[in-house]
Amino acid sequence: MTQNTIKLIKKHPKYQELVITRSRYAWMLSILMLLVYYTFIMTIAFYPDTLATPISEGSVISIGIPIGIAIILFSFLLTGLYVYRANSTYDVLLEELKIDLEKGA
Amino acid sequence: MLKTIIISFITFSSILFASGNIEGEIAHQPLNIAAIIMFLIFVGGTLMITYWAAKRTKTASDFYTAGGGITGFQNGMAIAGDYMSAASFLGISGLVYLAGYDGLIYSIGFLVGWPIILFLISERLRNLGKYTFADVASFRLKQEPIRILASFGAIATVILYLIAQMVGSGKLIELLFGLPYEYAVILVGILMILYVTFGGMLATTWVQIIKAGLLLSGATFMALAVLYHFDFSFEKLFQRAVDVHDKGIDIMSPGGLVSDPISAISLGIALMFGTAGLPHILMRFFTVADAKEARKSVFFATGFIGYFYILTFIIGFGAIVMVLNNPEYLDLAKQAISGGSPIVGGKNMAAIHLSHAVGGDLFLGFISAVAFATILAVVSGLTLAGASAISHDLYANVLEKGICDEAKEMRVSKIATIVLGIVAIGLGIAFEKQNIAFVVGLAFAIAASSNFPVLFLSMFWSKLTTRGAVIGGVLGLSTAILLVILGPIVWVDVLGNAEAIFPYKYPALFSVTVAFISIWFFSITDNSERAKAERVAFEAQDIRSQTGIGAEGASVH
Repeated sequence: MTQNTIKLIKKHPKYQELVITRSRYAWMLSILMLLVYYTFIMTIAFYPDTLATPISEGSVISIGIPIGIAIILFSFLLTGLYVYRANSTYDVLLEELKIDLEKGA
Repeated sequence: MLKTIIISFITFSSILFASGNIEGEIAHQPLNIAAIIMFLIFVGGTLMITYWAAKRTKTASDFYTAGGGITGFQNGMAIAGDYMSAASFLGISGLVYLAGYDGLIYSIGFLVGWPIILFLISERLRNLGKYTFADVASFRLKQEPIRILASFGAIATVILYLIAQMVGSGKLIELLFGLPYEYAVILVGILMILYVTFGGMLATTWVQIIKAGLLLSGATFMALAVLYHFDFSFEKLFQRAVDVHDKGIDIMSPGGLVSDPISAISLGIALMFGTAGLPHILMRFFTVADAKEARKSVFFATGFIGYFYILTFIIGFGAIVMVLNNPEYLDLAKQAISGGSPIVGGKNMAAIHLSHAVGGDLFLGFISAVAFATILAVVSGLTLAGASAISHDLYANVLEKGICDEAKEMRVSKIATIVLGIVAIGLGIAFEKQNIAFVVGLAFAIAASSNFPVLFLSMFWSKLTTRGAVIGGVLGLSTAILLVILGPIVWVDVLGNAEAIFPYKYPALFSVTVAFISIWFFSITDNSERAKAERVAFEAQDIRSQTGIGAEGASVH
C-alpha cells in the first residue's frame, strides 16, 4: 500500500463512515456484554441470596436459573445482532468503498 | 456453609485447572465391547477423511489453513468442538452434579468471551493474518523477536494443554474401555500424528466437526431423555434433585464458586482474554475465506457452545436424580473408606453413568466413544497449532528469515508434528501420577497475559513498538508463571507448603495488568528510528485490518 493509497482511503467518506459506525457499534455491544456479565458475577460475590429467590411461591426453581440461561441466550443474541448489522450495513459500505477505489475516485 | 464453599472452590479449580479429572486409582474395567466397536467406527471414518484430506493437502496454505476453504458454519462447529473438550463436557456436568447452580456460573464465564472476540477481534485477525497469530502480531513490528515471543507463548500453551489432555485421555480410556493407561496414551498420540501429518488442517477440522456433531447429538439425547422422565417439567426435575441431593435447596443458588470480588474479576479476565489468546482457537480464523466468514464462524460457535452448556446443565441435574444414590454406580470400595455415596470414577463420570442410566450399554458405548473422540480431536488441533508455530514462525520466518521454499517449510511442520506427538506421549506417561491441577490454568494465564496483550495492542494501538511488545510480553508471561507457582494450587497443593505466598488462584488480573502497563511504558519511551517507522506503518495495517484490502485470500483448487 503506497502513502498515496493510504491517504486516499483514509480521506474517503465511506471509509470514515465504515470505521466510525462499526467501531462504535462493536464497542457498544462489547461493553454491554461485559456489563451484563460483571453485574451477574458481582451479584454472586456480594448478594448471592438475591439469586436464590424462588421464581414463584412454592417453587424450588430460583430466579438465578432463568437469569443464567438468559445470559447465555443474550450472548448469542448479541452475536446475531452484530452479524446482522455487519452483513446488511458494513459489508455494503465496504463493497461501495472498494468499487470507488477501483474507479480511482 | 464454610465447608460447602471450600468444597466447591476445590471442585471448581480442579475442573478449570485439571483434566486428569478422574479421581483416584482406577481398577481395570472389563472391556466395553459396544464402546470399542463405536470407537473403531469413528477412528475408521476419520482415517478415511484423513486419506481424502491428504490428497487435497499439497501446499503450505492447505496444511496450515485447509486452503482457507472452510465455511463459516463449518468453522463455527470446529471452534465449538475445540471448546467442548472432554474436560468441559465431563467437568461441567460433574460440577453441576456436585454443586448444582455453580456449574452454570462456570459455563457462563466460559461463554461470554466469545461475543467480544466477535466484535473486536475476529475480522481484524482474518484480514491481517495468514497462518498463525504471530503473523498478525508481527505485521508491522520486527519479525524475529515478536515471532520468537509469540511462538514461545503458543508452544507453552500447547504443551501445557497437551499434558492435561493426554493424562485425562489415559485415565478416561482406562476407565471406559478397560485399556491400560500407557496403551491409551500411545494410541491417542499415534492417531493424532496420523491425522495432522497426513491430513493437515483439513482433516483436523473435519475430525473436529464430526466430533462436535456427535457430542451435540449425544448430549441432546441425554437431556431429552432426562426431561422425558419428568414429563418435560423442570419443576419436577429440580424438585426431585433438591429432594435427593445432600445439599438440598442450596443446589439451586450460588454456592462458593465466586466468593470474593478480586477472584471473580480475575477469573473473568482469565477466561475472556485467555480464550482470545489460545493459539489453537486463533488459528481457526485463518481457515475461512474472508472476514465475513470469520464473523459467521463466531456466531455459530457461540450458538453451539451456549446450547451445549444448557444441555450440560440439564445433564448434571439428570445425573443427580438418576445416578446419585443409584446402587449400580456406587463406588463401594470408596464408600467403605470415606462414607457418603461416591460414584465410580468420581464426579466427573456423572455424565457417563447417566448415559448408561438413560440408554443402557449401547448408549454408554456411544458416549464413551464420543468422549474419546473429543480428546482425539482436541489434541490434533493443539498439535497443529504447535507445529505451525515451530515451522511457520520459528523455522521459516526466524531461522530462514522468511526466505524458504514451501516444500521445505511443510516438511519441517510434519517433523514438528511427529516430535510434538512423541513429546505428548512422553509427557502423558510421565505425568500420570503427578498432580497436574495447575496446567490448564497456567495455559490460560499465559495466553491471557502474553499472547493476548501483544496481539490485541498490535491491532488496536498505533504507538506499539517492538521493544514494548517484547518486554511487556515477557513480563506478562513471567508474572503469570511466577504467580501460579506462588499461588495456592502449586505452592500449597503441589509443593506442600502450608500457606500460599500469592493468595489468589487466578493471577490473570495482576499478570494481564503488568503486561499492558509494561507494553505501554516501554513503547511510549521508545524513541528509536525503528519505533518511529513502526508507528507510521500502523496506518496501512489499520486500513487492511478494517477493510481486508490486501488480505490473504482463499487458495483456489
